[in-house]
Amino acid sequence: MARKLNLRIWRGDSTDGGLKDVQVDVNEGEVVLDVIHRVQATQMGDLAVRWNCKAGKCGSCSMEINGKPRLACMTQVASFDENETITITPLRAFPIIKDLVADVSFNYKKAMEIPAYEPPKNLAPGEARMEQIDVERSQEFRKCIECFLCQNTCHVIRDHEENKKSFAGPRFFIRIAELDMHPLDILKNRKRTAQEEHGLGMCNITKCCTEVCPEHIRITDNAIIPMKERVVDIKYDPARMFAGLLKREKRN
Amino acid sequence: MSGVFSPTRANIKERTLRTDKWWLEPAITFGVLFSFVIYATFRAFEGANYYKDHLISPFYSPCLSEACVPEATIFGWTPVSAQIFNFALSPALIILIFPLGFRMTCYYYRKAYYRAFWLSPPACAVAEPHTKYTGETRAPLILQNAHRWFFYAGLVFNVFLTYDAIISFKSVEGEWGHMSVGTVVLLVSSTLLWFYSLSCHTCRHTIGGRLKHFSAHPVRYKLWTWVSALNHKHQQFAWYSLAGVAFADIYVRQVATGAWTNFYFF
Repeated sequence: MARKLNLRIWRGDSTDGGLKDVQVDVNEGEVVLDVIHRVQATQMGDLAVRWNCKAGKCGSCSMEINGKPRLACMTQVASFDENETITITPLRAFPIIKDLVADVSFNYKKAMEIPAYEPPKNLAPGEARMEQIDVERSQEFRKCIECFLCQNTCHVIRDHEENKKSFAGPRFFIRIAELDMHPLDILKNRKRTAQEEHGLGMCNITKCCTEVCPEHIRITDNAIIPMKERVVDIKYDPARMFAGLLKREKRN
Repeated sequence: MSGVFSPTRANIKERTLRTDKWWLEPAITFGVLFSFVIYATFRAFEGANYYKDHLISPFYSPCLSEACVPEATIFGWTPVSAQIFNFALSPALIILIFPLGFRMTCYYYRKAYYRAFWLSPPACAVAEPHTKYTGETRAPLILQNAHRWFFYAGLVFNVFLTYDAIISFKSVEGEWGHMSVGTVVLLVSSTLLWFYSLSCHTCRHTIGGRLKHFSAHPVRYKLWTWVSALNHKHQQFAWYSLAGVAFADIYVRQVATGAWTNFYFF
């Protein structure tokens, strides 16, 4: 049975904008994206919203619902109190384009800065073999749907625009971790570039990326902290530095 | 104007639109950690009431100072002077830097105090008050990378504290094979510390996480899976072990001052 739902939806663009109140019908079992579509169909024909699969797999409908970065298609209206007004805004870490659509191109630029997988030179395409236990570790990271909710909630760039040039963000730290943990990847300097070029050291482990990930990837525990530890191995571990010196001494 | 108030972003005046009690967790964390720091500081400077009848407070173990009660030392070994620059130093002050450093640089506590004390950020999607942020890239926060060294020191401390728990199986007269409430308190405290240390992210990395090729190192892989299982509970072990250590110290102090009687089971 339909009931009335009170919404506040952010409308505007890069010049100005604000929250607009609207009341809309909602049916049992509907998600926030359903009611946004109903608002679009019945009251705000020009409301801009990005969406695609409606199944939590494309990562398009990322927005902030009552201040929390979430996928609109995976947020049940029933999870809110019946009398509660639900506030819907675009992602607040990225430039606004229109209404609920933010410009997430920052992430694609950062993606291009991460060097791709580099296979061993003596392996022809199709010859690479890996055991399941080696694959499993990075399979978790491959669940990423690139919704960029982790990027959006990360305070390093959300609260500090100036850090965007030097910080890749959690989504790309899991990409770097996946490649650095890949047994066949031969690119040697991923740890050093993670720290010196992609801003791993700026992360202060507050775990918001993990909290908002709709795929429940343990971004901090399984990617960022292991990468920080790998950086410690090469940059901040005197015992390993000493062992490295001894090795070099022997070779000479 | 920076951050969420940058001119290119959606024009929203509020620092956050969250409607849940996002402030509750950092507030509780602040309250508990602050209380612990106050208590630990008082105890570290007290320099007394840390030993009674084979029970030694974890704040004072290993007792390495010449100022230590002889029974609290390890076979009478006291390599550190009781005074440094004419300043009487409590035995706790000599050693507390190690457990303190381990917890201060712990990946879990970093999350807890960055949120609760430094508000960086206070909670997810709640704008922080700072205008600049460089994270752990420069001094002093770059020292967080020393966590590994405090982890190794922490393991050594766990050995001492486990030894203390074993010693507490002695009666007041010094005979083995007795057990008191104090024994249980020290055993629980040292066991929780082992769980806290072994569930640590650095332990997970050292034991096998640094490997690129799990299938080539089956034993280390197996150990890594065990530590990973513990690592899921690292946050809980961090709190339980903190509470365990605090209670063990309170218990020993109360027994040492005569406020509580250490009841012997057998």
